[in-house]
Amino acid sequence: MIGSRAFGYRLTTVWIPLVFFMVVTLFPFYWMAITSVKPNSELYNARLFPMIVRAPTLQHYQELLSQTAFVQWTLNTLIVAIVTTAISLVLGTMAAYPLARTNFPGAALIALSIAATYLVPQTVLFIPMADVILRMGLQNSLWAVMLTYPTFLIPFCAWLLMGYFKTVPRELEESARIDGASRFQAMLKVVLPLCIPGLLSAGIFAFTLSQNEFLYALIFLTKSAIRTVPVAAISELVRGDVFYWGQLMAAALLGSVPVALIYSFFVEHYVAGLTAGAVKG
Amino acid sequence: MAVRSQSIAAGGAIARQGPLGRLLEREAIFSWLMLAPALLFLLAFVAYPFIYGIYLSLQQRAVAQEGVFVGLDNYVDNLKNPIFWQVAQNTFVFTFAATMFKLIGGMGLALVMNQQFPFKNFVRAALLLPWIVPTVLSTIAWMWIFDPTFSVINWSLVNTGLMERGPSWVGDGFWAMVMVIIANIWRGLPFYAITLLAALQTISGELYEAAAIDGANARQRFFRVTLPLLKPVLIITTMFSVIWTFSDFQLVYVLTAGGPANATHLFATYAFNIALGAGQLGSGASVALSMLPPLLMVIAALSLYLRRT
Repeated sequence: MIGSRAFGYRLTTVWIPLVFFMVVTLFPFYWMAITSVKPNSELYNARLFPMIVRAPTLQHYQELLSQTAFVQWTLNTLIVAIVTTAISLVLGTMAAYPLARTNFPGAALIALSIAATYLVPQTVLFIPMADVILRMGLQNSLWAVMLTYPTFLIPFCAWLLMGYFKTVPRELEESARIDGASRFQAMLKVVLPLCIPGLLSAGIFAFTLSQNEFLYALIFLTKSAIRTVPVAAISELVRGDVFYWGQLMAAALLGSVPVALIYSFFVEHYVAGLTAGAVKG
Repeated sequence: MAVRSQSIAAGGAIARQGPLGRLLEREAIFSWLMLAPALLFLLAFVAYPFIYGIYLSLQQRAVAQEGVFVGLDNYVDNLKNPIFWQVAQNTFVFTFAATMFKLIGGMGLALVMNQQFPFKNFVRAALLLPWIVPTVLSTIAWMWIFDPTFSVINWSLVNTGLMERGPSWVGDGFWAMVMVIIANIWRGLPFYAITLLAALQTISGELYEAAAIDGANARQRFFRVTLPLLKPVLIITTMFSVIWTFSDFQLVYVLTAGGPANATHLFATYAFNIALGAGQLGSGASVALSMLPPLLMVIAALSLYLRRT
């Protein structure tokens, strides 16, 4: 009796809501996957039961990889993500370190302005930014996005890392300096190794954000050869008004794989980065 | 003689360094040198474009032409333009509806996830996927889910007998807005859920035991213990989410491009159309900057509230 009531309670408070959220969350991915392996005859037949595939085919993947520059777009996306993550981590660390660990006049004001920079939406800045990049002659070069992504990634990394740097006891750094290390060496050899989880969080986060970015890529990368996957998918796989849904879904799925893979290895760090700002702040 | 006393503290190391090394050990010099690259970068690529954007918005300026200073004309024109007001209304409706659902749904999901069940880490990782995957790519999937002819949602609605004909997701202004909001909720809900879950896990179980001993039921425990303790995180999460939702671009750009008849245009997509579609940089900049006052008010209100409680 008690057992069945407890089961009923678990059913309504855990299992039913959990299944509901999982189905809603995962359905679009299922839909991507199943569409990408359906032959056109099944895709565009409204009378068939659409949830399953009858004669799966890899034709859409084959065409995506052979008839479009998808591999090139993936490479571009990875290059941009790696370079911007590196720039943002290095500059973010350098900025966060003195803000978290030294007391110099103006530190509080600068910390605040860096936070404010992170809050300014990209969509407020993109028009003047387009003009600036145009006048620098950087449009249609990967540098256009590699210089603009750090505008939101550096403040994010700096803000996240400040929290981590503050947790390292000052005595460790001081004793290193008494032993003859310079400030810079103390940072590099004592504090940073203790903050590797923070550096990983910031790095993973920056990496996924730069793979995700769309607006600047849409504005600056107008030539096929240098496009990143999100822009290329929307502007090159739709030819005229015709949607090649099989290919589009194959591209959406393949384009999500690198991010999802990296994420699955570092879920804990990603979650730590995601929640650090809100929970600790 | 501050340098001398420092060098005693740092032992022989300083003695080995030249005058340059000693200078670098000074706290203020070290700090500013470390900060300089990031600060210079942000000044050049955030502060400068921001101020330049304000200057642009005061000009009549077409692409590749000299601008003409027109004062506040662009802003006045916006206020006289019914489309601008429609866009403002759309943005508020979109932000409010999406934020409400994300907040309530995310809270619910966090409460569910805060219980014990098998494969918890796997479930948590899976539920965060919408947030991780490039938004444009998942939005293309939503586009196909809402396709005018082959929408799987409409197929289900018709074949389960719930509706005679499915709604016209792309052709009807109301349903187009519903579609955009659904896609935004799907993408943004995990952020709320995971952040709130992290906050829930910091609440000590003893508080609930004490409340239960005092006779509080589940509902009272939620409203009297959980919610007050969650409030700071709830407010910060909502603040971030409101900023991102209000300034959203890609979802609408991909799903509806603002249509039908501007029914789903947001400030960002409308500004994009004016500036980069029609080439009116000045007018577009004034639309984009119109996002700032409402956002600043939200940020100010929430941080005041946070400080008071």
